[in-house]
Amino acid sequence: MPVMRYREALNQALREEMERDQRVFIMGEDIGVFQGAFKVTQGLFQEFGEKRVRDTPISENTIVGVGVGAAMAGLRPIVELMTINFSLLAMDQIVNHAAAIHYMFGGQAKVPLVVRMPQGAGHQLGPTHSHSLEALYLHIPGLLVAAPSTPADAKGLLKAAIRDDNPVIFIEHEWLYGQRGEVPENGGPMRFGEAVVRREGADVTIVGISRMAVTAERAAEQLANEHEVEAEVIDPRTLRPLDLDTILASVRKTNRAVIVEEGWPHGGVGANLAALIQEQAFDHLDAPVARVTGADVPMPYSKPLEQAAFPHEEHVVHAALSLFRDL
Amino acid sequence: MASEAAAQRETAKGKRDGREALHPLPSKGTCEAVLRKMMLIRRFEERAGEMYAKAKIGGFLHLCIGEEATIVGATQALRDTDYLLSTYREHGQALARGTPAGVVMAELFGRVDGCSKGRGGSMHLFDMERRFLGGYGIVGGNLPLATGVALACDYNGTDDAVLCMFGDGATNQGTFGESMNLAALWRLPVVFMVINNQFGMGTALERHSAVTDLSKKAEGYGVPGHRCDGMDVLDVHAATEEVLRIAREDRRPQLLEAITYRFRGHSMADPEEYRTKEEVEEWRRRDPIASFSRRLVEEGVFPQEEIERFDREAVERVDEAVRFADASPFPDLDSLYDDVYVLGDQVRGWWTVDERSPEPHRGERERESGAVPHGLAEAGAAYAAVGDVQARRRREQGRGGPRAAAEDRDTEREGG
Repeated sequence: MPVMRYREALNQALREEMERDQRVFIMGEDIGVFQGAFKVTQGLFQEFGEKRVRDTPISENTIVGVGVGAAMAGLRPIVELMTINFSLLAMDQIVNHAAAIHYMFGGQAKVPLVVRMPQGAGHQLGPTHSHSLEALYLHIPGLLVAAPSTPADAKGLLKAAIRDDNPVIFIEHEWLYGQRGEVPENGGPMRFGEAVVRREGADVTIVGISRMAVTAERAAEQLANEHEVEAEVIDPRTLRPLDLDTILASVRKTNRAVIVEEGWPHGGVGANLAALIQEQAFDHLDAPVARVTGADVPMPYSKPLEQAAFPHEEHVVHAALSLFRDL
Repeated sequence: MASEAAAQRETAKGKRDGREALHPLPSKGTCEAVLRKMMLIRRFEERAGEMYAKAKIGGFLHLCIGEEATIVGATQALRDTDYLLSTYREHGQALARGTPAGVVMAELFGRVDGCSKGRGGSMHLFDMERRFLGGYGIVGGNLPLATGVALACDYNGTDDAVLCMFGDGATNQGTFGESMNLAALWRLPVVFMVINNQFGMGTALERHSAVTDLSKKAEGYGVPGHRCDGMDVLDVHAATEEVLRIAREDRRPQLLEAITYRFRGHSMADPEEYRTKEEVEEWRRRDPIASFSRRLVEEGVFPQEEIERFDREAVERVDEAVRFADASPFPDLDSLYDDVYVLGDQVRGWWTVDERSPEPHRGERERESGAVPHGLAEAGAAYAAVGDVQARRRREQGRGGPRAAAEDRDTEREGG
């Protein structure tokens, strides 16, 4: 199987879907001539031309809204936003329009739109370019939300997102862009709502979101090597729809759960999952559900502060071990 | 302030981009069609107001009485294949586009036969078949959408065009500048039409916009502006036809400002403390339906009795619309979760995305969810009747809206 970087896998998905379907086009800030702020769209402008790879002005709310309108009129737009923080400028079009239109017009219009954007800390971009906001989009009915953590998932889920008739918030990660992984040749679209077990184990379930799926796997190695704890690591891959069954089956086996996310603790993905797990598997829990989250602060610039403000392996190991404290 | 406003409007009235003050009348058939449409809108809106007072209609209700010439004149210039997007004051636009009055009234009543199946209400009418792509509740929210629809027209190589209507208040939103720039940059076939009814809710134009000649507001973005007399259906039509032609043929988006006035408040909850009765009276003297009717009689196109018959028939159509809406049932409670998503490969059923139910893996849709969830839905829906009596009383006294509704609830809690 070919090995490639996460950004290359995304690039392949975009290219293949644009070749497959003339209605698919991409627009965003500096995605064409500049080749993309994170080079995800590299080469597409040369290959498909300015009709289908459209550089836009810096007008996030309108770019997304134009995507919504074009989708309602039968096209399949992909909008790239430079970071998830910039998507906050487009909240009106995402929440009041993209997510609501199919429902509020009684099913008459569809919005087959994909809004792609990276999130995540680690590049010292400070409090306006470094956050992880998947919880905001998880909150909203009408949206599908994907947060792939491997190149293969990035490609398969992006293809699925482009082909689906619902608006999709597709959350990439700045740190993941450079990570390598195997990607199946001629792979088709994957399915939303199918979690993957990255590592099997019987002692504790660790659910990792976006980049934190990688951190969770590394923490699981440490738990096995240094603490004789076998963790089962689950990557939900999509948050809407959510494959709760896979998570619950694991928790029923291990009786313990840790949720790891880069975003903030209050109203976070972990808060939501903890509620679901205790509602559905209360009798199976031997300890409270633990959460590992980003610090409850705007992301600081200074390198030591920034690194301290989002979860690393040690935080996950600590949280997992705390669930065994009474034994 | 008041004289400044009057002066501004006077300038506007006189300025019709050089078009003659009196347009020649179109064919008799067109005159009849245009007049009938305006009358239907007027009678529909009057009746909607009455239905609101009877609490048949909930939420907000924004009437377009006074703006009929603007709506009909502009939409008459559209081809059937062109797209129209509007705001939350859009009953007239839907009717002008041909959506049956009963279907519009049913939506206002929240009934299943409404054009949005009772999901959208007065502010969110929609008719895909007639390419009326919606009323939108967010001021300025429809400009990017219209730009996107125009992009699709262009992308697909058609010569369809888009007409996007919004109010004077929307010209202060960020999407106004953003959409103008993008549409001009990409040379999209879209006409942005600002229906300047002199007020953004209760704030007069000269108190909300530094530039009060709104037709100038997009020039800096590369979108030329035009003005028309929004109280003259023929002037609106002539102006819209011309700007649509430029947008369609030259791929140059245009901004058209129609100077008009809404005779009623912003919504039914509006005490109208921001304007004088005299000002409203002054504009009412330019009533677009009365003035057009008068001219048709004067020029011998129709006798007065014929005009009166058109009006009676408009009233009859509205009577029929109310009967239709009244007969239509409320949506089935089991449909609550329908159309949140387009079901397909990725979303196979609501259960995969909603974690509320006691059984996470039913493998079926919410509508077949069983007795307990259904019973809870029934219990919630039973609250629909609560407050109706108070709401009717308040509305009969000319009060309504969320403030009054909140007072109703307060009264209920107190056991009043």
